[in-house]
Amino acid sequence: MSEPTPPHRRGLREFTALPVVRQSLGVVIACGAFAISFGAIAAAGGLDVWQTMALSLIMFSGGSQFALVGVVAGGGSPWAGAVAALLLGSRNTFYGLRLSTLLGLRGLRRAAAAQVVIDESSAMSLGRDSEREARIGFYVTGIGVFTLWNLGSLIGALGAGALTDPAAFGLDAAGPAAFVALLWPRLRDRETWAIALAAAGLAVLSVPFVPPGVPVLVAAAFGIAVGAWPRREPPLPDRPAPHGEAA
Amino acid sequence: MLWAAILVASVGCYLFKLAGMSVPAGLLARPAVQRIAALLPIVLLAALIAVQTVSSGQRLLIDARLAGVAVAVIAAWRRAPFLLILVLAAVTTALVRWWIPGS
Repeated sequence: MSEPTPPHRRGLREFTALPVVRQSLGVVIACGAFAISFGAIAAAGGLDVWQTMALSLIMFSGGSQFALVGVVAGGGSPWAGAVAALLLGSRNTFYGLRLSTLLGLRGLRRAAAAQVVIDESSAMSLGRDSEREARIGFYVTGIGVFTLWNLGSLIGALGAGALTDPAAFGLDAAGPAAFVALLWPRLRDRETWAIALAAAGLAVLSVPFVPPGVPVLVAAAFGIAVGAWPRREPPLPDRPAPHGEAA
Repeated sequence: MLWAAILVASVGCYLFKLAGMSVPAGLLARPAVQRIAALLPIVLLAALIAVQTVSSGQRLLIDARLAGVAVAVIAAWRRAPFLLILVLAAVTTALVRWWIPGS
């Protein structure tokens, strides 16, 4: 825990010199650039500018946005895309759970802060050495990404109108490539790899037999089944008693 | 219908975020719920990659996208930054299409 900064040393320069602020701003800028490709992919997938911006303003969760757009662009039902987006978005609940004690917000402030609970703001906040750094990481990243994400989406959505054939620019591969970049850091061990490969295989095998968009939900059902499967784990002192478990 | 799906999914995603900030910690502390929460992004992302790379509608289709995504995998393995992974995948796909028209 660092000592409180004396008032005469507080200032913008002092603030931006903090490592947590510089790291957060790096993430913010990368997200803004990434948002341009989201806007372009959404427009290429058949969404108009308003629909693209509704996703970036209200949904504001990159993976979920790409999921919905990807399903719609692939000819799937928008509702299958919505379910995929919701399932992917459910992870933010777990970030919020850990962030809520850290931020200690109530009422309207909590409702506003909840909107910027995303992968990036959580990653830049959780695991910091001090509570102050954790809060700075959350707010700088959350508010910064929200601003540049929406600006980038707008630029991408408007600019994509100039592209006659998005496929000629390889934009249809940018969506799955984004998922590769999101997935890779999560593949930490052999078991996770096996589950990911099984999910991918199941989804591909189901493509000819179910409507577009549903293969992804088949994989989700598989993930829920694997997660809920009862398994014996060594009893840990901090683990709650296993009565009434879903497992 | 597209608008309705967009709004329902968007509001739902926000409510997921708000729920996390609001519910008592014990509810989501169950091991099975934690495991499902950790696995969902992994299976969904893996499925999205596979489906969006080798399918078109209800058909399985190998085309230039596969080359682009393969390059993305190599770039991710070599710890390339996020944007570089996207750009490499798009450029590779575009180049393969240029070499082999119709792919």
